[in-house]
Amino acid sequence: MTGPVLTAVDLRKGFGAGDRAMIALDGVSLQVGAGAVTGLIGPDGSGKTTFMRLAVGLLLPDAGRISCLGLDLSSQSGAVQGAVGYMPQRFGLYEDLSVRENLDLYADLQGLPLQERPERYAALLSMTGLGVVTGRLAGRLSGGMKQKLGLACTLLRPPRLLLLDEPTVGVDPLSRRELWRIVQGLVERERMSVLLSTAYLDEAERCADVILLHQGRVIGQGPPSSFSAPLRGRVFLVTGPTGQRRPLQARLSRQPGVRDALLQGDAVRVVTDSAEAPDCTPLGPSVSCAPAQPCFEDGFIDRLKPRTEQPADLQPLDRRRSAAPGATAAAIEVDHLSKRFGSFTAVDAVSFSVRAGEVFGLLGANGAGKTTTFRMLCGLLPPTSGRLSVAGVDLRRAPAAARARIGYMSQRFSLYAGLSVTQNLRFFGRAYGLGGRRLRQRIHWALGAFALADLADAESGTLSLGYRQRLAMASALLHAPDILFLDEPTSGVDPLARREFWGRINALAEGGITVLVTTHFMQEAEYCDRLAIMAAGALLAEGSPTQIREQVRAAPGAATGPVETLEDAFIALIQARPQTGTGDARPG
Amino acid sequence: MNQIIALVVKEFIALFKDKRARFVVIVPPLIQLLVFGYAASFDLNRVTYAVFDRDGGPAARALLAHFEGSPTFELRYRIRRQDEIAALIDAGEVLLVLQIDPDFDGDLLGRHGEAPAKLQVIIDGRNSNTAQVAQEYVNRVVADFNRHWIAAQGLGRSPPELAVRAWYNPNLESRWFFVSGLVGLLTLVVAMMVTAMSVAREREQGTFDQLLVTPLHPAQILIGKAMPGLLIGVFEASLVVLAAVVWFGVPLVGSLAVLYTGMLLFLLAAVGAGLMISSLALTMQQALLGTFLFMVPAAILSGFSTPIANMPEPVQWLTLANPLRYYLIIVRGVFLEGAGFSVLLHQMWPLALIALLSLSAATWLFRHRMD
Amino acid sequence: MRAQASHRRLLGLLRKEWLQVLRDPSSIAIAFVLPVGLLLLFGYGVSLDARNLRIGLVIEQPSAEASDLVSGFRQSVYFEPRFFDSRQAARSALAQHAIDGFIVLPADFARRLQAADEVPAQAIVNGVDANSARLLSAYVQGVWSTWLQRELATRSSGPSEPVAAETRIWFNPELRSRNYLVPGLLVVNMTLVGALLTALVMAREWERGTLEALLVTPVTLREILLGKLLPYFALGMGGMALSVLMALTLFQVPLRGSFWVLVACSMLFLLAALGMGLLISIVTRNQFVAGMIALVTTFLPAFLLSGFLFDINSMPVVVQAITHLIAARYFVAILQTLFLAGDVWSLILPNAAALAIMAILFLGLSRRLLRKRLE
Repeated sequence: MTGPVLTAVDLRKGFGAGDRAMIALDGVSLQVGAGAVTGLIGPDGSGKTTFMRLAVGLLLPDAGRISCLGLDLSSQSGAVQGAVGYMPQRFGLYEDLSVRENLDLYADLQGLPLQERPERYAALLSMTGLGVVTGRLAGRLSGGMKQKLGLACTLLRPPRLLLLDEPTVGVDPLSRRELWRIVQGLVERERMSVLLSTAYLDEAERCADVILLHQGRVIGQGPPSSFSAPLRGRVFLVTGPTGQRRPLQARLSRQPGVRDALLQGDAVRVVTDSAEAPDCTPLGPSVSCAPAQPCFEDGFIDRLKPRTEQPADLQPLDRRRSAAPGATAAAIEVDHLSKRFGSFTAVDAVSFSVRAGEVFGLLGANGAGKTTTFRMLCGLLPPTSGRLSVAGVDLRRAPAAARARIGYMSQRFSLYAGLSVTQNLRFFGRAYGLGGRRLRQRIHWALGAFALADLADAESGTLSLGYRQRLAMASALLHAPDILFLDEPTSGVDPLARREFWGRINALAEGGITVLVTTHFMQEAEYCDRLAIMAAGALLAEGSPTQIREQVRAAPGAATGPVETLEDAFIALIQARPQTGTGDARPG
Repeated sequence: MNQIIALVVKEFIALFKDKRARFVVIVPPLIQLLVFGYAASFDLNRVTYAVFDRDGGPAARALLAHFEGSPTFELRYRIRRQDEIAALIDAGEVLLVLQIDPDFDGDLLGRHGEAPAKLQVIIDGRNSNTAQVAQEYVNRVVADFNRHWIAAQGLGRSPPELAVRAWYNPNLESRWFFVSGLVGLLTLVVAMMVTAMSVAREREQGTFDQLLVTPLHPAQILIGKAMPGLLIGVFEASLVVLAAVVWFGVPLVGSLAVLYTGMLLFLLAAVGAGLMISSLALTMQQALLGTFLFMVPAAILSGFSTPIANMPEPVQWLTLANPLRYYLIIVRGVFLEGAGFSVLLHQMWPLALIALLSLSAATWLFRHRMD
Repeated sequence: MRAQASHRRLLGLLRKEWLQVLRDPSSIAIAFVLPVGLLLLFGYGVSLDARNLRIGLVIEQPSAEASDLVSGFRQSVYFEPRFFDSRQAARSALAQHAIDGFIVLPADFARRLQAADEVPAQAIVNGVDANSARLLSAYVQGVWSTWLQRELATRSSGPSEPVAAETRIWFNPELRSRNYLVPGLLVVNMTLVGALLTALVMAREWERGTLEALLVTPVTLREILLGKLLPYFALGMGGMALSVLMALTLFQVPLRGSFWVLVACSMLFLLAALGMGLLISIVTRNQFVAGMIALVTTFLPAFLLSGFLFDINSMPVVVQAITHLIAARYFVAILQTLFLAGDVWSLILPNAAALAIMAILFLGLSRRLLRKRLE
């Protein structure tokens, strides 16, 4: 079979009506080739899920045609559903059924004959590595194992076309690699065609063909190299004196002709407007510049980043006091901190300290214990044992006023969706004891600094993800805290908004604010001054990104592959751990 | 203070912007007002009956005419055979059958002064309360007939009667009882719903953590959460009081000061219970379930529809912990009896005690259920 | 071949649902704990049988007649008489709710009995609870007239009543309110169990995203519906059996109709209730909203508009019309008849037909509204 397995012509789909009407797909035409992995790439809300649902007949298009394996979806959706495998974003695993029972259910539903089951089960279980946990309830599996089980259920009767909707969301880097290995194995051995959607730009490189979706439109299709190729000669790595990368990045990004400047390890990755290296001479004597290989993300940014936008002005970050006295004093100190829920140990004797004015990252897969640690630091959870101090006090026992020195921004949007932007700001300002002229000043500052003035009266719940995140950060900074806690602040935010966000963090850190941030994006870890990697409640490594990479390289026989990125280091660290209590102990 | 006002303002905006919260605050009270106002009544205004007149004489016809003249009784059938009685009653076609024996006229006219003439009444007892009420209505019509008969026949005077008068509700209208009770029940529903949902909603939406990391003291947060329940409770209760007086015509004899004192104490107790549920629940669904599990027993064991005195002793003890029990006595006392502080003091102090206990428990739970 | 595949899919769905029921304590709680709890609560908490009525007696001057009357009150099972020295004292006791009513026998009670056109005695009841007040006054009148009959008989003079009503109450001669409340409670219970159970489980599949994965398999909508209906039907019938057992043993309600008619009618009603729940959750797709709607549209009406507690004939015409839309109404009529009267076909058949129509309607609508698409 050589023709396309999936064809869409001028596909349109909208939801809702009146004020809330939203166009999900706006004239999408594309073809998905056979026998390869095609990546459907785009930020959140770009229409990926809608397209997937149209492709299996769960939705009907408003206009345009879509056909799958030569069958038209509007009339033959039943036949299509029998021939394709579809794994929705939240795959329908029954969490109170065991792995085996879930497989049985989907085998019954897909009509897999009884006599073929033992063999098929064995193949799938060995492929996914779930063989040892067949009796475990699906709800007790880790995020990665759940996705693998979902995939196994979809593959019970090998489909000709496999549609995977963001299979790697919420999955730790190790499981993500395994999922990719499985998918690539299917394509190679069984000549399966796969359409896979993802918001991770680094995954694009693994696809044979990439479709870039943005705001309901296809803005490019081709092999990943076709996105990065035009940037050949425009990507450079600029290295400066150690510990000076952040100011270096700030200055580079303000330089004319620089399209994008991004921290990468100790260096700054620069994309220029034309094939000309950035001017390093005004940056200092020890600054050097070397050309680098363009990647998909460079291409993505180049295509989508607006050309005119000025970096947000964060200078008037009205601070009441300069950084905490003595720049080397520890802003956060954690000593043998443990937390147990019943017999489950979520955090196991973790110790680290964060210096004032530092950006400190807490890294780990879902369930590694980073959110629990984070919540203990904020005083939201009492520790089982150990000691911790934030700005010199334990927030759980400290008087309420001590909490006025910290700012907090949680994983999910945690402002009042029903309140308008200004109402939210006003409420949190008052809650922190601001009032009168000072409150008005601060709100004015927040609306300006976060470019929210136009949306001041909009209901927060209706804002796009990027704006919500700005609002959340504005609220957390309204009272000019000394320490800022950020729990997975960028999850679900598209790459452009993510960059802008980190721009602000950098500016804050330069202003002397201490920032503690948790993330599972390995790439973001590069932006931190220092970081701690957690797994199964324990601290695996601590240090600057470079130190951690060095540490992994130096460990005898630890790394089986090259250690170029933090992700490699992370995987090496996880694999080097003793096997007792593997990371699948607890979901979330 | 400034912070508490900010909290209260925020609670109100959040409450009325949330579709689900709006729904549970507005719809159930309306439905209950309509249903209880119109459907809940133990009074019968249509007693269907059949007549089996085996006598046919003028006296029998005069007696039956009294039934036909009553607005409450509705004659459905005149039957001719004994076995028709069972058919009509069994099928629920009529509630009762009046049977007049062949020598009725003779008994009444001939040998008066000895045994009275008999009117047989057969009542469908499947709903025993209805049967009892119907029986009483029949007795009233017969007594009325007797008086007329004695007067018309010049038989001297009637047998001595016991005059029964009902104070506070002379016509014994069930509606007065139910609608005044509704002031209590609705206040409870609204106050519970508003407060029980409030913490759970914040937990579900993830805003609760954000609130806890602010310098607000848990007691301040608690007051902020309690105020909307109190204010909305007073508002809706006032609406129901107004509807009871203006729309349903229930007399309001006593003083509003007593009513509102009781209302405030009761609301504090209800809000405390709501906040307890709210502190325990992790999701709105759990909060809803908890509210339901609290409300149904609270409504049943309050004396709202059936008297507490009829319950078995151990169940009666249980009702002592029920704030609605005391409040209903206060509301009905103020509305119908015109009771004042001195009479209702014994209802008010238990309410105050329950309020104190539930609010303290809520504060404790609130602080200790952060993990 | 195709039939066999369909058979296997259905079995797979049934097994899944059953395992979920076993592992999720909340369905078991709704099916078994909730009915038992409600039955106990209502069975003991709701009673219209007045006992130990606190009646005050004010005897201004002792006399033979007065003490005869007092002994009448003392012997009655309904009363718990208390004595007061003055009307004033009795009056304030009534205001304090220490007594439910009082009777005043004036100083010239004996004289008044003889005199024409004079009321010899007066009874005052607290009318706030109209129904209880009516019962109280009926019992007081009962004691009075019994006493009067005896009084007149001993004196063998004076007038008597020309006509006396002789009442026979069928089906429940001792007028135990429990006999009529418990069958009604079974209906409220089954409504709650049936509608709430299915309203929540279907909405749960929407919420957890499991339905999206189901819909793209070759499974048919009929199989999905049957896969939901059958397990909860079994669960609901189990709850019903438990409730009936409690009614017969704990509350001693007689079952005069035949057992199999009871089973058949319960099945029809349960189908209607489950259908209603399915319909709600298919339309709302959200557990919270489904639960709310199920409570508001099934529980409250079953409680108030089914004739379980309040007489339908006495409601305003508009409300009466609404009661016809409520499945519980028909089932209350059937159950009260089956338990207390027997197999009265003239009543059972039309009501059962109405239940069947509602079951078909709700299930049919569910089938029509459930789509193999997400919108």
